[in-house]
Amino acid sequence: MAKAKVTFQDIDQTVNVPAGIRVIDVSEKIGAGIIYGCREGDCGTCMMHVVEGWNNLTEPSVLEEKVLRENMASRHDRLACQAQIIGDCTVKPA
Amino acid sequence: MSSPGPEQTREQIAVRDGNAVEIAPGVHWIGAFDPGLRNFDMILRTANGTTYNAYAVRGSDGVALIDTVKAELADDFFARLEQVATLDEIRVIVLNHLEPDHTGALPELLRRAPQARLIISKRAPAMLKALLKPTEDQFDYELVDTGDEISLGDRRLRFLNTPYLHWPDTQCTYLVEQQVLFSGDVFGCHYCDPRLFNDRVGDFRFSFDYYYAHIMRPFKAHVRDALKLIEPLPLKLIAPAHGPVLRERPRRYVTRYRELSSSGGSFDQSFDQPFDAGDQPASLIIFYLSAYGSTTRMAEAVQAGAESVPGLRVSLYDLEGGEIAPFVDLIEQADALAFGSPTVNGDAVKPIWDLLSSLVGISLRGKIGAAFGSYGWSGEAVPMIEDRLRGLKLRVPVPGLRLKLTPTASELDNCRDFGRQIAEAMTGDANPPDTAKRVIDFAELSPYPEAGASSSKLATRSEP
Repeated sequence: MAKAKVTFQDIDQTVNVPAGIRVIDVSEKIGAGIIYGCREGDCGTCMMHVVEGWNNLTEPSVLEEKVLRENMASRHDRLACQAQIIGDCTVKPA
Repeated sequence: MSSPGPEQTREQIAVRDGNAVEIAPGVHWIGAFDPGLRNFDMILRTANGTTYNAYAVRGSDGVALIDTVKAELADDFFARLEQVATLDEIRVIVLNHLEPDHTGALPELLRRAPQARLIISKRAPAMLKALLKPTEDQFDYELVDTGDEISLGDRRLRFLNTPYLHWPDTQCTYLVEQQVLFSGDVFGCHYCDPRLFNDRVGDFRFSFDYYYAHIMRPFKAHVRDALKLIEPLPLKLIAPAHGPVLRERPRRYVTRYRELSSSGGSFDQSFDQPFDAGDQPASLIIFYLSAYGSTTRMAEAVQAGAESVPGLRVSLYDLEGGEIAPFVDLIEQADALAFGSPTVNGDAVKPIWDLLSSLVGISLRGKIGAAFGSYGWSGEAVPMIEDRLRGLKLRVPVPGLRLKLTPTASELDNCRDFGRQIAEAMTGDANPPDTAKRVIDFAELSPYPEAGASSSKLATRSEP
């Protein structure tokens, strides 16, 4: 299975993960500072900033784009409960 | 005293039949009294009810309304409104925040005064849509930010963006010429007295502080940010969204917010820690309960391990010997919390849950959490506590530690190691700078290791 490395900048921790996993599934287990609310892409609580490798995450859906807009996300902000890891990337809480 | 429902006493009926009250030239209170309320939002007791304060501001170029009331009291609101303005005169409706107790009459108001333009803060649109839902007709709104103004002809409304006081979309509205601050829930309290003005009503200081403690305290950093905007304003009167209108010494209430947002709960500001400012050690608090002493011994070993890391202050508390409220104050000021609980019939014990369900009034974001405990059969308490800690937005960087019944010497070593790992996560020593970058494999992230197993579940390997 394809692997990728996701780095959580706030705790300076890198995790080797199977490609396709959602960021939140890793950040929760490792205890990174990204927090979460509904986990369904609705509330915007788990907004994170992609420091590096933003195109190594799956494209945001129309719904995620909408939630990001409503929460005044800046460039390269994503929802950790929606973004799936497909290549190496570095993230931190937004 | 029994809790009377609405319309039960003569006094309450008199209150409901009341008039609009002029609080400043051309500014009327058109809110509603709710004297029968005994509990607000499930988190606040309201010994003499509350008020929902709405205001009408008349300018030479139309009328502005500031907030409305909760839906059940809409009739009172419209009755008072119609005493001071006709519906077609209403040009703008300012919503200082969109909580239903202040926007309950909004749908009906928009039906009756469709020409009125909604003025909301930049964080409010998503909430407005959720509030009015798509069944409502299309409505128009304008977003405002700090410093924006709206003219009513001979007077201006200026806006102050004050997020998280106590909703994300909260703003305050300042009537520039009259120096009146419509502060929303800020400086408010649940205190119902038809005499309305702070120099006429009973002693409401308790209600004022109690309201702050339950509504604003979780957002104290935001309170301090908002005060930077509010303190420079000349203030003749503060018109909050709940409780008395503050016309006598209004600045005293601003000062009180400064005092409350600068201190740590019940700890008076003057009761300093025995450290110089800037020299405060990171604080870890270990709470535990124990049936037969095993979890106590674990807690003591965790404490010893944590204390082996310099720059840390570790406090140990048996939850059986304390009250919730002072523990909440301690937790607010701590950097990390560890909870030790035995497992009884597949659950952590009640005092743990009592404490963990009493933290709604403080901010826990960014704190570190950890759980440990001894068990007889199955040991569910530790993962359940960890789940709760994550739900409370704590970070749980060190996997929980549990052991079966009596701790052995080597298991107590693991407890000391566990304490040391928590301390290192707090002081930032977890990633020694001289080693190559740590990479963990996802498969290694089993969240609930046994104490007897390898203590270093955060097993790491160096990059090749």
